[in-house]
Amino acid sequence: MKILDKIMLIDRRWIYLAIGLAVIIPAIWSFEVPVTVSPEVKRIYDFVDQLEQNDYIFVAVDYDPSSLAELNPMTEAIINQAFAKNLKVVIVTLAQFGPGMVEEITSRLAANHQKIRGVDYCFLGYRPYPAITILAMGVDFRVPFPADYYGTPLDSLPVMQGIKNFGDVKGVIDLTAGNTADFWLIYGNGRYGFPLAIGITGVMSADYYQYLQSGQLFGIIPGVKGAAEYEDLVGFPGRGMEQMAYQVIAHSVIILFIIMSNVAYFATRTKKDKMGGGAL
Amino acid sequence: MKREIPLLIVGITGFAMLIQYFIPTDWSEFIFTYSQDWVIVIGILALPLGIWSLIKANVLKLKVPDERFYSAVLLAGFLAMLVTGTKRESLEAGSTFMTIFTNVLIPIQATIFSLLAFFIASAAYRAFRARSVLATILLVTALIIMFRFIPLGPISTANLSAVSWILSVPNMAAKRAIMMGIGLGATATAIKIILGIERTYMGHD
Amino acid sequence: MSLISRIIAAVMILACTGGGVLAQTPALETLADTLGPPAPMPPSHVVIKDKTNDAGHGLIITWELSVDDGGGRDNVIMYDIARSNSPDGEFTSRGIVPKGVNEYEDADDQAPTPTSPNPDYMAAGSTWYYRITAISDKQVRSETSDTAMGVTEENLFHWGKLPILVAVVLFTAYILNFIRSARKGKKLYVRPLAGINAVDDAIGRATEMGKPILYILGLGTAGDIATIAGFTILARVARRTAEYQTRVLVPVQDPVVLAVAQETVRTAYLEAGRPEQYNPDNVFYVTALQFPYVAAVNGIMLRERPATNFYMGVFYAESLILAETGNIAGSIQISGTDQVAQLPFFVAATDYTLIGEELYAASAYLSQEPVQLGTLKAQDYLKAIIMIVIILGAIAITGKWTFIREMVTINL
Repeated sequence: MKILDKIMLIDRRWIYLAIGLAVIIPAIWSFEVPVTVSPEVKRIYDFVDQLEQNDYIFVAVDYDPSSLAELNPMTEAIINQAFAKNLKVVIVTLAQFGPGMVEEITSRLAANHQKIRGVDYCFLGYRPYPAITILAMGVDFRVPFPADYYGTPLDSLPVMQGIKNFGDVKGVIDLTAGNTADFWLIYGNGRYGFPLAIGITGVMSADYYQYLQSGQLFGIIPGVKGAAEYEDLVGFPGRGMEQMAYQVIAHSVIILFIIMSNVAYFATRTKKDKMGGGAL
Repeated sequence: MKREIPLLIVGITGFAMLIQYFIPTDWSEFIFTYSQDWVIVIGILALPLGIWSLIKANVLKLKVPDERFYSAVLLAGFLAMLVTGTKRESLEAGSTFMTIFTNVLIPIQATIFSLLAFFIASAAYRAFRARSVLATILLVTALIIMFRFIPLGPISTANLSAVSWILSVPNMAAKRAIMMGIGLGATATAIKIILGIERTYMGHD
Repeated sequence: MSLISRIIAAVMILACTGGGVLAQTPALETLADTLGPPAPMPPSHVVIKDKTNDAGHGLIITWELSVDDGGGRDNVIMYDIARSNSPDGEFTSRGIVPKGVNEYEDADDQAPTPTSPNPDYMAAGSTWYYRITAISDKQVRSETSDTAMGVTEENLFHWGKLPILVAVVLFTAYILNFIRSARKGKKLYVRPLAGINAVDDAIGRATEMGKPILYILGLGTAGDIATIAGFTILARVARRTAEYQTRVLVPVQDPVVLAVAQETVRTAYLEAGRPEQYNPDNVFYVTALQFPYVAAVNGIMLRERPATNFYMGVFYAESLILAETGNIAGSIQISGTDQVAQLPFFVAATDYTLIGEELYAASAYLSQEPVQLGTLKAQDYLKAIIMIVIILGAIAITGKWTFIREMVTINL
């Protein structure tokens, strides 16, 4: 019983150590994790896949570098797919510290696919106040962004010739770790009616399945697992699939701890629970 | 009068924006856009208040031995970013400002975010115990959701269906109910503010 | 007439009258080809209506399909809608719709500017002329339909939002009615909330331990309803701390929130009769960024070891980091947010959680003012109405009656 009491009152630092090891070990001995693709991810892939050469898609990279570990893999997978299919890509960021990160990703992927900035894709840059910016872009991209991130007037960019607003793009994919998805739903899809999909952190995904059901979203990429599924679909394995190894080990450790905690709890049930915590 | 005038401003402005929502004309749209621009302007005007508060609080803390180190680091970082960020070319790659931003701020932000992984484990260890019926339901649901990350062959496929059902049906039902309540609560609070019933934000003289 | 003349006449008559039959022969098919594939019949009865619920920048064009669309020669594949600003002017194409579709919305609300002229702009009150042309699978265009005229009209009311207006008016009426009842002295019952009941005990704990209280308003702006609700609870907490002479620390993330929070706490101390104890440095700005704010607050928690933490407002991914750090510091924690995604973290990691509208209701619970309680009852009644409408709507839809759904549908 003494051991079980100790398990019940384990110092949290042992838990932190176990989690630490759970993420360090796959870094040293990495392994491939088979991925089962979920329907909501496949819908986004299919949507982009059925577009034709020179069709336009709009990608909103609305997260700060603090979320890049979870969202960069899906951003790169989508842009890789778009460039591989020779689609025209218009990119914006509504996150304050997004521009530097987006600039790095687009430049690198464009170089990989021999795409030319201003001809094959355009990075509009950053504007604050997502609602106002989205509403303005629905009128004309040139209203909030008279020039792109690099200061070149949009009218002089070949890729922006002949497109004015969301009516000229086939769909919008928003990648976000905050509440920007709500702005795209209300002011974008709700106001202008364009097809909208989102890529979000895992913890946010439970919030947005209702929009899938209502048809306001046509797809969701939830967290790193979703990113890994998308990379598997597009055939450009990247950080998403690499991180699945960490996910598997870390989740297994957490599950083991939960089972351990419940076993100890039931075994010591007659004793008064002094741990407290939670409202249940 | 010191309370009445702000209440009047809030009431008239709130009512005007409520009416504006139902009028689709160009001038109505202009009022909406113009008022949104003012929100931005007010936010920017308030920024010096925040900066003054930050600097004042930390300069005072320099006198306190326990707080001195952290305040000194904060003020040094603030000055470094202020000095390096004032140049026109500071946003270009390779500038001192962007170097500090990329090599200090970004990794630190990612580090703080990564604490979540450890805290989730300790919170789950403490909270996911089958103390009651509701707690057991929470525990079982959490385990089903977590198992989707672990490849278990044919069990994974069945688990994915269960996860999809949980997220699409009971989760959505609960979330919709909570969001309806939130919508009503937010509307009620907004009506109370417009009607002047809710005045806590105004302070007192 | 001689025999030869009769024979020649007969051949000529055969050639003229038998042309249809003889055209089937390979030699005469070549003749038909050089005349070109047949053009489809044009659409008809073009009707132009003003686009509703807009600022007068759009028209809806409808027409009767060509007889060769799904019938007749069945060779129509699309329709071209052309427009001009005068009946005799040049008509330019505005769009293409596939076969079977007999409606097109033509709109342009982008007003021309000196740097961005827009010849397609449809001003309110402007007149436009439309013609529709059917196009066959061989890219042969039909004759144009008759020209139809339409005038754009500015609408003063958005009828698609009528259900929202009805709900707001109904809700306001309920609120005013219950406020009137409450003012007359009618007792209004509201169910107890554990989180609200624990506020005074939590403040008392901090006083007994001689430790400060940490009040976190979250990452929202002063315009967020959850933050406003946070101010209400802060006023109550600050008043109690003034009475008990306990320190309350309020680190904030937004400068406007800073101004309001300072005013709220100052007022609370004034109302408690202890204005001299108010220290404006206890309500301070930290940073506008999410995780640096979390780092700063965590540092405060671990250094100051507050006895009680309040989390009231808008929270995102940092909610669990804050709550767990508070747990490490040994604080009792009361949380409330309208961010549904963060509620599970607060439920798991804090002692009491106000879920969604319970946070907004806090002002009513804490003040027990009849006016505030009246608003709560109005919310409950409207919720009951919504539940009834949902149940009736589900039954109606099952029976394929769509009137309830149409009644509550909002067309933006």
